[in-house]
Amino acid sequence: MITRDEFRTIAGNGVWKQNTSIVQILGLCPLLAVTTNAVNGIMLSLATILVMALSNVAVASLRNFIPHEIRIPVFILIVAALVTVVDLLFNANLHELYLVLGIFIPLIVTNCIVLARVEAFAAKNPPLQSTFDGIFMGVGMLWTLALLGGMRELLGNGTLFGGIDMVFPGLQPIQLLPESYPGFLLALLPPGAFILLGCMIAWKNWLDARAAARAQRRSRRPAAVAGAH
Amino acid sequence: MTVAPKEFSASGMALRTAAILFVFVILFTGLLSAAYLWTRPAIEASAAEEKMKLVDEVLPRGEYDNALLADTLTLPPTPQLGLDEPSTLYRARLGGKPVALVFEAVAPDGYAGKIRLLIAVRADGQVAGVRVTQHKETPGLGDYIEVRKDKNKARPWITQFTGLALAQVADGEWKVKKDGGRIDYHAGATVTPRAVSKAVLKAVKWAAAHRDQFFAETGAAK
Repeated sequence: MITRDEFRTIAGNGVWKQNTSIVQILGLCPLLAVTTNAVNGIMLSLATILVMALSNVAVASLRNFIPHEIRIPVFILIVAALVTVVDLLFNANLHELYLVLGIFIPLIVTNCIVLARVEAFAAKNPPLQSTFDGIFMGVGMLWTLALLGGMRELLGNGTLFGGIDMVFPGLQPIQLLPESYPGFLLALLPPGAFILLGCMIAWKNWLDARAAARAQRRSRRPAAVAGAH
Repeated sequence: MTVAPKEFSASGMALRTAAILFVFVILFTGLLSAAYLWTRPAIEASAAEEKMKLVDEVLPRGEYDNALLADTLTLPPTPQLGLDEPSTLYRARLGGKPVALVFEAVAPDGYAGKIRLLIAVRADGQVAGVRVTQHKETPGLGDYIEVRKDKNKARPWITQFTGLALAQVADGEWKVKKDGGRIDYHAGATVTPRAVSKAVLKAVKWAAAHRDQFFAETGAAK
């Protein structure tokens, strides 16, 4: 069904190479809105993972029945219907979890990542691969949003995992900086999210550039040896 | 992708595409309706359960001695409260004397649609408490109207309404400070508190106008 290599490529693309937030720069609207703390970012990502896996598998299964000309409206229809069904099912059967995640699920409808993956991947690939693509794109989003949310929260409030008590009532946010920390409002407002996201993109590009330079040096050395003799 | 045979004319193609789109629409609308109908009882039950918990927050238990949940009236759709469907009004009494009315109201003009409120108004027209029961305001921005999400745990935003009465506070002051009233708000999210303030004022006025009539009525009490 799926080879090891295929799986590794899909996972690598989702988590790092094609990371939705810092490479494709998609879904910035919910990103700005919810990453005021790490918990919100993680919760939105979890909901997105679920929706992306479902919408990818649905589109991949139906892909042979969808005419090319009307694929976008059909994709939107499928994604919107699935999100609404997930929303309703959560509300009815997992009410406690819904109170935590519920507000994020409708946000996902507006998230272009879902449509982008459906269009770019699920429309051309079998269901199993598409499911993994949805999951790993979501995982990529998860670590990015958790990191971004964590940084914003730390800079803005001096805490980490604020709001965790709403997910796990027994847990408390961690106060990392002293109580007297005056707070840094910019980090909590949308511009702060943009600035920090920019820093993360720069960091990723720097890592990639360094890796590329190292790979080039390594490949040049054997070539030089070959040229010498 | 299914490729249409070459012989299809342009209109035939269009018709075929339209038919396929139609089938998808029917299919997914059906899926949505089924999910909605199937989940509705459970969703309504859990919403009702939470309302009961909320009643305790807007009106302290000690203030009344009747079986509040049994002493109800069914209100017809009430535009003054923003309600377009029948709702339930609870009557709190102490030793048979009217204490407060507990009822629902809707602020129709929230930033993201309707904001549902539960309000308790004492017999003297004073607000005993207001709580938001349902809303879709932006997480982290407009959701401080909900006590649970409010960072100010000592004095959550919504408790500002507690104790306000028409007799002491002029109509113009039931507004956010930005509009010249006395209600605080958070910068960047004014639409939400404005909508709530407006709905609370309307509800208090409505309660004042109908209070005696409601306490006198016995018919719908079950």
